[in-house]
Amino acid sequence: MAQSRTEPRLNPFYAGRRRRNAIAKGLALAATLFGLGWLVLVLGVLFYKGLDGLSLQVFTEMTPPPGSAGGLLNAIVGSLILTILAVLIGTPIGILAGTYLAEYGRHDKLSSVVRFINDILLSAPSIVVGLFIYEIMVAPMGHFSGWAGAVALAVIVIPVVVRTTEDMLTLVPDTLREAAASIGLPRAHMIVRIAYRAAQAGIVTGILLAVARISGETAPLLFTSLNNQFWSTNMNAPMPSLPVVIFQFALSPYEEWQKLAWTGALLITVTVLALSIIARSLTAARKS
Amino acid sequence: MSEVALNDTQLRTGEAASRAAVLKRLRVSDMIFHALTRSAAIAVLVLLSGVIVSLVIGAAPALGTFGFSFFVTETWNPVTEKFGAVAPIYGTLVTSFIAMVIAVPVGLMIAFFLTELCPGWLRRPIGIAIELLAGIPSIIYGIWGLFVFAPFLQKYVQPFLIDTFENVPLLSSLFEGPPYGIGMLTAGLILAIMVLPFVTSISRDVFDAVPPVLKEAAYGVGCTTWEVFRHVILPYTRVGVIGGFMLGLGRALGETMAVTFVIGNAHKVSASILAPGTTISASIANEFTEAVGDLYTSSLIALGLILFFITFVVLSCARYMLLRLQRREG
Repeated sequence: MAQSRTEPRLNPFYAGRRRRNAIAKGLALAATLFGLGWLVLVLGVLFYKGLDGLSLQVFTEMTPPPGSAGGLLNAIVGSLILTILAVLIGTPIGILAGTYLAEYGRHDKLSSVVRFINDILLSAPSIVVGLFIYEIMVAPMGHFSGWAGAVALAVIVIPVVVRTTEDMLTLVPDTLREAAASIGLPRAHMIVRIAYRAAQAGIVTGILLAVARISGETAPLLFTSLNNQFWSTNMNAPMPSLPVVIFQFALSPYEEWQKLAWTGALLITVTVLALSIIARSLTAARKS
Repeated sequence: MSEVALNDTQLRTGEAASRAAVLKRLRVSDMIFHALTRSAAIAVLVLLSGVIVSLVIGAAPALGTFGFSFFVTETWNPVTEKFGAVAPIYGTLVTSFIAMVIAVPVGLMIAFFLTELCPGWLRRPIGIAIELLAGIPSIIYGIWGLFVFAPFLQKYVQPFLIDTFENVPLLSSLFEGPPYGIGMLTAGLILAIMVLPFVTSISRDVFDAVPPVLKEAAYGVGCTTWEVFRHVILPYTRVGVIGGFMLGLGRALGETMAVTFVIGNAHKVSASILAPGTTISASIANEFTEAVGDLYTSSLIALGLILFFITFVVLSCARYMLLRLQRREG
C-alpha cells in the first residue's frame, strides 16, 4: 500500500537502470566533494601553520642560522629579482613567437612544428630545465649564479606566454586586420597598433599566469641559482629564493626553520592564487 | 607665375620623395618585425633541441661507461661509482601509476558532475576551485605531504592496509613492511591530487564540446543521465579524454618537489608500495648538488635524459590525440 502507484508498473529492468543512474550520480557528487575536500585540507593546514609564524620579523630579517629566530627577507627579495628578470627575458621572446604563430605564419609548416614543440615545453618536467641551464651556464661559468636561475625560469615563462599570446591574437577578429590593411597599413604596424591593443588584456593575463607559474618553481632553481643564506643582489653569485629556502628549511630538523618554511609556503601560495585570480578576472572582464 | 609653379613642383617632388621614404621605412620596419617574430618562433625550436643536445652530451660519460647495463642495473653506489637507473625508473612508473589509477576515475566523475548534473550557478565556482588545486605550487604539496599527510597515513591508513591484506596472497606483498609514512604510496597519492585538476579540466572541456543534439537524441529514446554519459558522451570524446589522461601522466612522471619530500630517497626496487623508493626527478633534486665526480653527475643527467624521453613520448601522444579531436570538431 505504501508503495506509490507508479512503482508496480516499473519493469524490473528499468528499475535496475534507474538504480545504476542514481549510484552513478551519487559517485559523481562524492568525487566532486573529494576533490574540493583536498583543496580545503591543503589550504586550511597551510593557513593554520603559516599564519602561526607570520610576523613583521619575516619581512625585515634575514634567514637565520639553525636554531635561532629570523625572517625571510633575503629569500623574498631574491625571488622577486629572479622572477622579474625571468619575465623580462622570457616575455619579449614569448610574445614575438606567439605573434608569428598567430599573424605571419598562421598556416605554415614552421608554425605547426613550433606549436607542437611549444606544447611539449609547456608540460616538460621543470627539473630537466634546471639540468639544461646547469649544462649551458653553471658548468661553463664554474659557479652557481642568479643569472642562471633567472634564465632557467625564463625558459619556463616562454612557452606559457607563446601559448596565451597566440590564443589571444587568434581571438582578434580578422575584420580589424582587413580594415587596417585597406588603408594601407603594413602588417607590422597593424599588429602593433591594432592586434596587440585588442588582445592587450589577454596578453597581460598570459604574463600573470607565467609569473604565477614560476613563483612557486623550485626544481629549476636547485642547481642554478642554488641558495644563499645572506643578503645578496649580486647576480653572478648564488642567490636565495623563497622556494629553495622552503625546501631546505622544511627538511631540516630545526623547529624555527620548519616554522619559517610554513610561513614562506603561505606567502608563495597567497601570491600565486592572487595572481591567478587577477588573471582570471582580467579575461572575464574582457568577455563581458 | 613660373616661380609659383616651380615652388609647386619642388613641393610636389619633395612630398613624393618623403612619401617614398615613409613607405620605405614602413616596409623596412615590417620586414624587421617579421624577421624578429620568425626568429623568436625558431628560438622555441632551438630551446628544445638545446635541451636534448645538452642532456645527451651531459649523459654521454655515464652511458659510455655503463652502456646498456645502466638501464638494467639496480645498484646506485656513489662510493664505488657504480650506477644503474632501474630503481628510479621503477619508482617513477609505480608512483605515476598509483596517481593515475586514482585521478582518472575521480577526475572523470567530477567532469561528469560538472557538465551533466551540477546546477548552472555552481559550475563556475566549482570549476575554478578545482583549477586552483592545479595552481598550488608543487612545493606546497611537498611540505603538506611531509608534515600532515604522511603522518596521517602512517598512523591510520598504512597499519590498516597491512593488517587487512596480511593473509591475502599477492596483495600481502604489495602492502608489506613497517608503516614508514613516507614511501611510494604516499608519493602516488599526492601525485593523484596534483594530477586530478588536469584530468578534470580537460575532460570537462571535451565533454562540453559534445553536440547537444546527440545527447538530446539519447535522452529522447529514454536513456538515463548515466547512460547518456556512458554510451554517448564517453565514446564520442574518447580520443580527447585519453589525450587528457596522457597530459596528466606527463605531469605525474616529471613532478619533482612534491615527490622529493615524501618518497624517502632509497635506490631500491621493492614490491611493497609502502616501502621508501625514489623517482628520477627526486634522485636528481636530492643528489645533484652533492654529486662529486663526473661519473656521478653524468649518471644523474642520464636519468634526466631518460625522464625527458619518457615524458616527450607521453606528451607527444597526448597532443596528437587532442589534435585529432580538434580536427574532427573542425
